[in-house]
Amino acid sequence: MTQTMKRRIQTGVLYALILCVVVLSIFPFYYAVLSSFRSGTELFSSSLVPDFSTIDNYIGIFTAQPFGTNILNSIIVATSVVVLSLFIAVTASYALARISFRGRGLLLMTILSVSMFPQVAILSGMFELIRALGVYNSLPGLIIPNTVLTLPFTVWVLTTFMRELPKELEEAALVDGASSWTIVRRVFLPLMWPALVTTGLLAFIAAWNEFLFALTFTLSNDVRTVPVAIALMSGASEFELPWGRIMAASVVVTVPIVVLVLVFQRKIVAGLTAGAVKG
Amino acid sequence: MADVTLRGVYKDFGSTRVIHGVDLDIKKGEFIVFVGPSGCGKSTLLRLIAGLEDITDGELYIDEALVNQRSPKERKIAMVFQSYALYPHMSVFENMAFGLELSKVSKEEIFKKVAETAEILELTPLLNRKPKQLSGGQRQRVAIGRAIVRNPKVFLFDEPLSNLDAALRVQMRIEIAKLHREMNATMVYVTHDQTEAMTLADRIVVLNAGRVEQVGSPLELYHRPQNAFVAGFIGSPKMNFIKSSVVSLQERGVEVALPGGGTVIASVAADGVATGDQVKVGIRPEHLSVSAEGPMTGVVEVIESLGESHFLYVRDANGTLVTVQGKGDTRLKNGDTIALEVPGSLCHVFRKDDTALPRAFDADIGHHTPAHAASELV
Repeated sequence: MTQTMKRRIQTGVLYALILCVVVLSIFPFYYAVLSSFRSGTELFSSSLVPDFSTIDNYIGIFTAQPFGTNILNSIIVATSVVVLSLFIAVTASYALARISFRGRGLLLMTILSVSMFPQVAILSGMFELIRALGVYNSLPGLIIPNTVLTLPFTVWVLTTFMRELPKELEEAALVDGASSWTIVRRVFLPLMWPALVTTGLLAFIAAWNEFLFALTFTLSNDVRTVPVAIALMSGASEFELPWGRIMAASVVVTVPIVVLVLVFQRKIVAGLTAGAVKG
Repeated sequence: MADVTLRGVYKDFGSTRVIHGVDLDIKKGEFIVFVGPSGCGKSTLLRLIAGLEDITDGELYIDEALVNQRSPKERKIAMVFQSYALYPHMSVFENMAFGLELSKVSKEEIFKKVAETAEILELTPLLNRKPKQLSGGQRQRVAIGRAIVRNPKVFLFDEPLSNLDAALRVQMRIEIAKLHREMNATMVYVTHDQTEAMTLADRIVVLNAGRVEQVGSPLELYHRPQNAFVAGFIGSPKMNFIKSSVVSLQERGVEVALPGGGTVIASVAADGVATGDQVKVGIRPEHLSVSAEGPMTGVVEVIESLGESHFLYVRDANGTLVTVQGKGDTRLKNGDTIALEVPGSLCHVFRKDDTALPRAFDADIGHHTPAHAASELV
């Protein structure tokens, strides 16, 4: 076999594998898009050719139920979670990375292990907490548990990142007369943008897609977030599942995430590899 | 401008003591240099003065005020870091203005002061650049500018030139010396480079393992080291130490044995030594010379020629490698047996505990050449 032949086969295999991966990851979404434009018995057709004949499903999710409110809820919850958890994480990571105190290592390990708990394990405890705080069935009742859920991750990532920042910068700022808060705000924050964007976006996605808490801590449809609203969508009769609408809703809520990721893609990669190599 | 006074300063890191009771008086406008081998605590001592580390025990005064508990800002010090530590996201102007801004100085005042400082350091055309667009020397000047602009009582420099290449280092050294003269400010400077120490300092503080070995002017340390450590640390190449014993005590000094059977009368006071005592004789490479009738013999092992000078590494009769510095070129070859002239007036003698015998030599320091000194002896 000649070298050229061999190389061609290698390239062929490579592309075949790439195609597999792409098909596997794209197909469910493609199928959702496909189904969202179908209605009635068409839904059960096995054709993979798109047919954009009807947008009834898209209109239906906003008219037949408060899906607009659900989206708004999701936006409010996810945004608040990002803002809250970044604020807490930045201040916490400054302490964890920069101030030496007894039990710092233990605290960091605890934070890391907490992030590994399955959600179900803390569900009942969290439920008690939500009831005690009197925020059951309200948006704050979703913001608090989601923040708790994302914090270990954000704290851990930001602490690692903050540790990489040169100590002399902080000392120079101290000599310049900066307080801890000024150091964080004026010196560290501007240097941490890539890390903030990455962790913020991942926290946003986590809060946006979160299902279990959103299902457990809400009662009425007007405080539900999108994932729960989609899951609890019902058709005209209890024997009918409105597949078309469910698919349309899924497409509507996936698009913003995809757009966000594409916009911040470069930053995410920069953030995830930052500190690996000194620039 | 301010006095800085350290009284019995100790520093522990956990259970490790790194600074062992340092007493030091730094006078107004003085340029003090801390030198010592790595790990001797010189940077730690500087950071204690800066307020970046807490003093474990002892007192630190700046202008009569006890400042142990005060923040760097309240101590009114400015520090230049080895890595420059410029804020990467701020322009040169913002870097220099940051401290003033935090002290709530008015906008016009900040602008005026930064402009003045930039003028002195020739940074005016660079004010809008970011640190990453500057060369090493320019960054260093910005770091110095950031210190100057706040008009501090004390300037602290932590090995500021060690990240620069050799040529730039000489240039910046001259600029720092000029700056000190013009500003007449109190400066404390840490370095491991003894050329910097010798050329910049009014007084040098030699540190070793967290203790002050000696404080004095550069030439005082060169000519009158109090112990073998200082003698070995100051001067390049290093002073030769020869194992020896006291042959006799004489009026002019102490007669000591040299390897190979000869003796020399070192011009030192016979303080606390008796005939027969084991001592160490110290003689600098630049004070030894090759001579047919020299009292010390050895075999040339390696020759290094630098053009303007040359170094001979000579194995003496005791097996110690002795360095000899000579002017210009040499006709000697490896393996030649030579005799060395040892001028007694330039010898140092150290007791068994490495402390130096006081030198009788006290003519005006710094004007001695070996030939000159040797003729004096006769």
